[in-house]
Amino acid sequence: MQSWIPFMPDKASTFADTVDGLYFYLVGLTAFFALLISFTIVFFVIKYRRRSATEIPRPIAGSLKLETLWSVIPFLIAMSIFVWGARAYFQQYHMPNDAMEIYVVGKQWMWKIQHPTGQREINELHIPAGRKIKLIMTTEDVIHDFFVPAFRTKADVVPGRYTTLWFEATKPGKYHLFCAEYCGTNHSAMGGWVYVMEPTEFDQWLAGGANQESPVAAGQKLFQSQGCTSCHGVNGEGGKGPPLVGVFGSQVKLEGGQTVTADEDYIHNSIRSPQSQIVEGFRQPLMPTYFKEQLTEEHLLQIMAFIKSLSPTRTQGAQTAAPATQNNKMTGTTSPEGQGAKSPDAQRSNPIGSTPPSKRLP
Amino acid sequence: METSVATAQPIEAPRVNYLNKEYGIKSWLLTKDHKRIALLYLGSVSLFFLLGGIYAMLIRLELLTPQGDLFQSNTYNKVFTQHGIIMVFFFLIPSIPAVLGNFLIPMMIGAKDLAFPRINLLSWYIYLVGGIFTLWALIAGGVDTGWTFYAPFSTTYSNSFVILAGIGIFINGFSSILTGLNFIVTVHTMRAPGMTWFRLPLFVWSLYATSLIFILGTPVLAITLLLLVFERLAHVGIFDPAFGGDPILFQHLFWFYSHPAVYIMVLPGMGVISELIANFSRKNIFGYTFVAFSSIAIAVFGFLVWGHHMFVSGQSVYAGMIFSFLSFAVAIPSAIKVFNWTATLYKGSISFDTPMLYALGFIGLFTIGGMTGLFLAALGLDVYLTDTYFVVAHFHYVMVGGTLLAYLGGLHYWWPKITGRMYPEGWARFAALVVFVGFNLTFFPQFIAGYMGMPRRYHVYAPEFQVLNVMSTAGASILGMGLLIPLIYLVWSMRYGRIAAANPWKLPGLEWRTSSPPPTENFEVTPVVTWEAYEFAPHEETKVVGKVERGDKPDLPAALQT
Repeated sequence: MQSWIPFMPDKASTFADTVDGLYFYLVGLTAFFALLISFTIVFFVIKYRRRSATEIPRPIAGSLKLETLWSVIPFLIAMSIFVWGARAYFQQYHMPNDAMEIYVVGKQWMWKIQHPTGQREINELHIPAGRKIKLIMTTEDVIHDFFVPAFRTKADVVPGRYTTLWFEATKPGKYHLFCAEYCGTNHSAMGGWVYVMEPTEFDQWLAGGANQESPVAAGQKLFQSQGCTSCHGVNGEGGKGPPLVGVFGSQVKLEGGQTVTADEDYIHNSIRSPQSQIVEGFRQPLMPTYFKEQLTEEHLLQIMAFIKSLSPTRTQGAQTAAPATQNNKMTGTTSPEGQGAKSPDAQRSNPIGSTPPSKRLP
Repeated sequence: METSVATAQPIEAPRVNYLNKEYGIKSWLLTKDHKRIALLYLGSVSLFFLLGGIYAMLIRLELLTPQGDLFQSNTYNKVFTQHGIIMVFFFLIPSIPAVLGNFLIPMMIGAKDLAFPRINLLSWYIYLVGGIFTLWALIAGGVDTGWTFYAPFSTTYSNSFVILAGIGIFINGFSSILTGLNFIVTVHTMRAPGMTWFRLPLFVWSLYATSLIFILGTPVLAITLLLLVFERLAHVGIFDPAFGGDPILFQHLFWFYSHPAVYIMVLPGMGVISELIANFSRKNIFGYTFVAFSSIAIAVFGFLVWGHHMFVSGQSVYAGMIFSFLSFAVAIPSAIKVFNWTATLYKGSISFDTPMLYALGFIGLFTIGGMTGLFLAALGLDVYLTDTYFVVAHFHYVMVGGTLLAYLGGLHYWWPKITGRMYPEGWARFAALVVFVGFNLTFFPQFIAGYMGMPRRYHVYAPEFQVLNVMSTAGASILGMGLLIPLIYLVWSMRYGRIAAANPWKLPGLEWRTSSPPPTENFEVTPVVTWEAYEFAPHEETKVVGKVERGDKPDLPAALQT
């Protein structure tokens, strides 16, 4: 696991080589310039040391040629770093659309994680190697930051919005999960482990929690129990409220002529503050605002999963997230596995935190 | 030999100078003399530095082991927060401008005082009131938000004395604004005849650039803190999404000030280094105009790069790219300075007095500090490195290896002018060496810990980081010792140091053409400047000006009293 260079972190994602390469390029440049400057200084200081108290050296005015040289060359070097860094950044933060989506909610001071098949974990994340994983993250309270050093990536988790992070693990193993954005008293204890497993092992692990309710099923139950059905229709077909079928990912026209893309943030915002963005033709403010208090971020993520499932063409990612490997066809998101689960109310008073921890890696 | 003995005798001592003109506490607390105000700042800034240093030692002590054995997590969080707040707002920002700048700007441009002496005194009082509020917050129970005060932790979730500390920093900001205003007006209107812009010492240029940031940037910090206090008190939705606010807005506002504030801290240091490098190699600075304008360029472009603190905060990928590009651009003026300083040494006459040792140390450490900034400006690498110890190491290389070293170098350099006494050279060189070694041992391992993935602001940490943390703590104790030595001998030298000549370094700058310590009005006759900056004319006599005191000190030899 250790690299041949001492004090190097584990390397376990597809980003690691790019980031390490850029790092070593910069270490080389820094060493070169620091040594160049230091040697020059030492050389000058010895060669031109003061030999008599009264000597006055001849003044030298400066040189436009040299100034140009040592402005342009550093600038070109800086641009090479910029381009390399920007490419890596684009790779890190440009979300793939064929990734398995996992929901993450940060909370002082723990990470709550829910897999698309319903498995829940706290401060642990089990993922298969060789598969793109996309985290959809938010927080109940302050800003946190999901940081896995071995994957060489991180992203802030910001209240009131969703942030995303993706990676593809390359090597099975157990890796640090840290919170990297200071979040209060137990900031340094807010973390755990990411377990990267061989795909087959991961399937077994997933099967171990098979009777868990998937986020889509849980979201559908919340959709009914919270009374969303009375205006948006039993299956989201609409009524007094705007229809939800096919909404996710579409362009929505708002009152006042604005058009927005119905992404995660839009849906989140529409549930939390229904009056802030009103769909054209639904000016009557019917939707209650008390969902803000009643629903936790995890509930919102479940409702979101349900609403996304109503736009199947735009959300392949969410669907492919089941216990699937190359040879194992995924279970649909509306599979009956959720039916034996707890009622939404029981679930609400019994959030992720109180479910028994999932199986660990052997 | 005889003549030199005669001139080395305390000819200057009995002169009326700014220190012995008046006595008594009132003469200090109501003084309008920029030099006395500089000393008031020196005292208060040093006390805050001591306090911040104690916090630093507590942090290093706690991090000796991976577990939390010395403090509770809450206490640790307060300790690093308070270390940051004290060091940034009450030491680094005022240190060089308010102490050395205050003392030297009028003398360097040939003026009797700053443009607004009363406002200058007011700045010190405002600084004091801000400091008292902040100390009050510390005594009342402390602050645990980190010096960055990120919302919504600071506005809603922290149970500490955020409002008091915020008000303290808010008030303190006005002191910066007024100082900046004073410097700008002074440099524009009070230069001596012949002191053209391009004859100004580079220290003045760098403080001019700093002052621009003071007056343009600090109001934004004031607004930000005010909004923070407002939200915390009244739950108005500004930053906390629970009330309808936006936490990213806080980061934009905060860094819009706090990134330029980094240049507030380092630009004056660069100015000091330009003085030291030129004067201790008896050379004019290589590429004067490039060094002068690079200060202005840093001040201006420094306002356009705040977003590089937010590459992982969820801002748009394209915004990140623009901020990254501009951050690389702002690195160039700093590189220009480093190259020009190095070139200044070429064919010079270089001495190894303590200030020069600090200056040479500065160039080396600032090069590393600056280049590691490029790691953090590189987007894809920053995603990994941000919020790790790599960042901690980087900004300590710039702030301690840069600003603090420059401040110490400057303090030693102008110490004879300020106090009229020499510091003990042997001790001072020894201390400079100890500081250099201790500093590198403290902060270099933190680069490595950062690349291993150790997040910052961690009270307990994973055991594999311990080796590096032990090294860091060992270095910190050496650094601490190295900083205590100057504290002791500088205080000692104020009374027992060798009496300094008017121009102990034999330099052409205006501040050396008056007695040490200078009279209250700096120059008896307004000087007329006929020379360029750092023009070492071989035969020019440095004229000592200043009134001879009559009958003030009866214990002096009679021959000296007339």
